[in-house]
Amino acid sequence: MPSWFETRRSLIVSLADLQSGFIAHLRAPAAPPPDSLVASGGTPPNRRFNVYRNNVVASLIEALRASFPVVERLVGEEFFKATARAYIDHEPPKSPLMFLYGETFGAFLDAFPPAASVPYLGDVARLEFARLTAFHAVDKAPITIDHLSRLPQDQLGETEFQLHPSLTLLASRWPLFSLWAASSGEQSGEEVNLDNAEEVIVVRPHYDVDTRRLPGGGDSFIKALAEGLSLGEAAGLATAASEQFDLAQHLNGLFDLGAVTAVDIAHS
Amino acid sequence: MDNSAKISPVIPKRAGVGLKAAHYDRILQDRPDIGWFEVHAENYMGAGGLPHRTLETIRQSYPLSLHGVGLSIGGDKPLDLAHLARLRDLNQRYEPGLFSEHLAWSTHDDFFFNDLLPVPYTQEALTRCSDHIDQVQESLGRQMLLENPSTYVAFAESSMSEIEFLKTLTARTGCGLLLDVNNVFVSATNHDYSPEDYIDAFPIEHVGEIHLGGHARDQDDHGAPLLIDAHDRAVADPVWALYERTIARTGNLPTLIEWDNELPDWQELFAEAQSADAILVRNQTEPDRVAR
Repeated sequence: MPSWFETRRSLIVSLADLQSGFIAHLRAPAAPPPDSLVASGGTPPNRRFNVYRNNVVASLIEALRASFPVVERLVGEEFFKATARAYIDHEPPKSPLMFLYGETFGAFLDAFPPAASVPYLGDVARLEFARLTAFHAVDKAPITIDHLSRLPQDQLGETEFQLHPSLTLLASRWPLFSLWAASSGEQSGEEVNLDNAEEVIVVRPHYDVDTRRLPGGGDSFIKALAEGLSLGEAAGLATAASEQFDLAQHLNGLFDLGAVTAVDIAHS
Repeated sequence: MDNSAKISPVIPKRAGVGLKAAHYDRILQDRPDIGWFEVHAENYMGAGGLPHRTLETIRQSYPLSLHGVGLSIGGDKPLDLAHLARLRDLNQRYEPGLFSEHLAWSTHDDFFFNDLLPVPYTQEALTRCSDHIDQVQESLGRQMLLENPSTYVAFAESSMSEIEFLKTLTARTGCGLLLDVNNVFVSATNHDYSPEDYIDAFPIEHVGEIHLGGHARDQDDHGAPLLIDAHDRAVADPVWALYERTIARTGNLPTLIEWDNELPDWQELFAEAQSADAILVRNQTEPDRVAR
């Protein structure tokens, strides 16, 4: 039996206090190990306690690297790790599900002064988180555009759409799709013009996550459909948002992407 | 709910490996001759998509063990009921042959620290752990296995040994134990006791599964060896020796190769499992040294 089992102190410390103390010291990098730990040779077990500090931070940094590979490629590994460390300190995860961690990473990057020279980084993070969310989203079979032609053609304007549960829209003031694609290996060699704003759709109809740049008016159109507005209302909003809006092109594109799971004439 | 045919959930007394997404394609293509797979439950708690499709396919052909890493059984706070419900759903969906979790905690003040933090071996912690294990076993409707931890520090407050703590938990809750032989070697080195004595004193009648994994080497403030349970390399030779000593006592048991970081290619991981299988085959042909 090792001697440290016999080391008893006079005061019984509650489990709650032991754990609160452990975490308080864990989260303060400059703090010594908590008093509740056995010291050996009269010195606090600094390096031993640091194993836990390192494990927590390193495993969370790895989780963020796995979820935000394009952000890392845009800023480099060293900068990414320092940024991730600051984010982890600012907002540790609340769930044991690591694919839920990082929902606010985009907002954090928007306001993170060292990243100010890369102002589109937050949008790229939001796009990557949308892709992660789509990857794990509930399965649902998409329908083809034939379903639309089977509805009474004189009432098409009143059609309501159910869109795929994995779908996310991102309207960026930056060329978000181009920036992401140029660094994700999906597309390369294209010159990115930072003056172009781009709208992006993320959807996972089957098992592969699809990420596309939307043609003009796409964000207004799909957002309106997602909110339950009719096809006629959505087309009206999209035309108001963009002169280039082309209803046939958008409808075909939406079905081709597998982003529609049901269509029905509104009964209201 | 998945109604596809699955082979028997019973985990054979052979080697298995931790299932990693990086190896999905190779496994589905080769259908390797391996006893079983283990998954971290938290990686399959999304609603749908590729992880579930792959796991369903693999489960049709292989027995599966479900290993939780996020329940925080050693935490002072009540268990996360939503997390427990997710475990129950996975247990129903995949019919794993074994379910295990850790003697550790990871959640505090609503934050999840993504590491297996150490539990003080006190009467109060014993009560809290046994209540939590009761709750898990009731919720899942099955026995769970509790894994001995790798530890780097000890609490002055501890009033009993780790083995006493684990033994009392099995007696109070009826849970089984997952004996991680690498953790034994890591903790014994870090706290300067004999890993052989620990194995010899372990309540083997409750062990339902063995873990083997790789560890990293460091030093503490005094230059003494400090081993870290890194799961980032092959199983070390002294851990293989300790494993042979263990199964000579327990008889053959389902044995998992854990490799979670710096992942090797499939062939290297598979070779580790074959090494464990070879030891199990050799052990089987020798007379039992201990009655089971």
